[in-house]
Amino acid sequence: MSKPDPRATPEPPLFRRLAETGRETVALVVDGRPVEALAGDSLLTALLANGARLRVNEFDGRPRAGFCLMGACQDCWVRLEDGRSLRACATPVAEGMRVLTGAAAPDGTTTR
Amino acid sequence: MSAPRIVIVGAGPAGTRAAEALVARGLRPVVIDEAPASGGQIYRRPPAGFTRSGRALHGFEAARARRLHAAFDALAGAIDYRPDTLAWNVAGSAVHVVHDGRHAAIAHDRLIIASGAFDRVLPFPGWTLPGVFSLGGAQVALKHQGCAIGERVAFAGSGPLLYLVAWQYAKAGADVALVLDGASPAARRRMLAALPTAPARIAKGAWYLAGLRVRGIPVISGVRAVAARGDERVTMLAWRDGKGRERETACDAIATGHGLAPETRLAEIAGCPLAFDPDVRDWLPMTDGDGRTPVEGLYLAGDGARIAGADASEVAGTLAALALLADCGFAVDRARLARLRRARARLDRFRRAMERAFPYPGDLAAALPDDALLCRCEAITAGALRAAASEADAGEINRAKALTRVGMGRCQGRLCGPAAREILAAARGVALARVGRLRAQAPARPVPFATEPPAETGP
Repeated sequence: MSKPDPRATPEPPLFRRLAETGRETVALVVDGRPVEALAGDSLLTALLANGARLRVNEFDGRPRAGFCLMGACQDCWVRLEDGRSLRACATPVAEGMRVLTGAAAPDGTTTR
Repeated sequence: MSAPRIVIVGAGPAGTRAAEALVARGLRPVVIDEAPASGGQIYRRPPAGFTRSGRALHGFEAARARRLHAAFDALAGAIDYRPDTLAWNVAGSAVHVVHDGRHAAIAHDRLIIASGAFDRVLPFPGWTLPGVFSLGGAQVALKHQGCAIGERVAFAGSGPLLYLVAWQYAKAGADVALVLDGASPAARRRMLAALPTAPARIAKGAWYLAGLRVRGIPVISGVRAVAARGDERVTMLAWRDGKGRERETACDAIATGHGLAPETRLAEIAGCPLAFDPDVRDWLPMTDGDGRTPVEGLYLAGDGARIAGADASEVAGTLAALALLADCGFAVDRARLARLRRARARLDRFRRAMERAFPYPGDLAAALPDDALLCRCEAITAGALRAAASEADAGEINRAKALTRVGMGRCQGRLCGPAAREILAAARGVALARVGRLRAQAPARPVPFATEPPAETGP
């Protein structure tokens, strides 16, 4: 690791949990970092309760975090480490998911 | 006569009631739904393990939600239910679907499409920043996931969802920064003029507004322009009040929307003609009062045909099923049909009043700054569309799409379409109907590449 990226600390989360917080936890890895979600979370909720982006838009290079949460906008497609793309608002979170959002990884590299 | 093969797309209020009416006559429809459980968006069921009550989730509508879920659950075994299944094409007499990454074609003689609705959006500068969500999306986050979309949430838009979702957020303990209503005082008066046709609903709107005021949440109407500010995420909502004063409100999330738009893509792909409707400033599928389309064997029900709300969708679902039954030669109870049509007519009067009270703010869309993103899929500016309109002489929206790619992205114009038509019409100085509409093409929604060809399966 040469130059630590100043953004390597996780961003404050976008979503705030207000209810249903007594659920079992589910472990995922987001940009190489362990993250805790709750059973019943969508992948979108899991990512935005732990950060502030889902992906980087291919056209303007800017972070995105979804928009409609009901399958119309197609702005919440996220990449998994295995190359698959999933619509995060419609995908239930699953133990061991490994997601890339384009944010800085712990080693200072970015995953976009 | 062998029983007709019937497919219903959608398991919300309209799809549920349509299926129920068909099962009552001994038919066994296939019910295709993109969601893992029935209820549609409005009565979406919480994931397993969630504990909030129906009252907490659905408020005034709790009893209706419970009845609709019970009605659908009672159909178990009597319908061929396909949850988690996306209907993305209608070709000939088959609906093409994808489920769990596998494609299939489901043959049918008659098809009822009850595809529901999504947020009708007015793009504004910064609307692609993380933290900006649609009003419907903000509601899904709260009701379906128990989350607020941010620590401090601003609401900006118009229409019935604006006060409802803001109130739901405040009630759930979220920090609501303020509510900015784009509707003018004149619109408020028009809505109140609808009062005799649906006093209960207006009373609910007043209830939500009062609930916000009691909590000290600022509610400002006649707001003409908003913009989200921030670098990698929302940090501020800038807005201009009715007197033209510029204001800024600190927040990390914004919920926005201006009513709902019907999901008409699949109906159009199935061949249903659309007609321009000046009240909603959009193109709507042509149906008779019961849901028949000009296409033999194709019926539409609920908000997917025209936005009228959940109660009207239940009525429309039953009516579409009765129309289908009558067309198949079944005897239909005339008294029941007359009762349903009267209910629909009553709900239609309220719908028309709402459409006039909350028109799509076309003038604001047309005023979107040149450097603001219009298409969020491919990050295309309003200025690029205007340039195509003037320099490339694109006077029709599909021509402009071919030149600029506005409407060609993954959402297929669902989000940018209404604003894009307004911008193009204004740039060309022509009436909105003259620029046409973005034509729907299969797939109605993005689908994964198939590794196997579709298999023909019957109901």
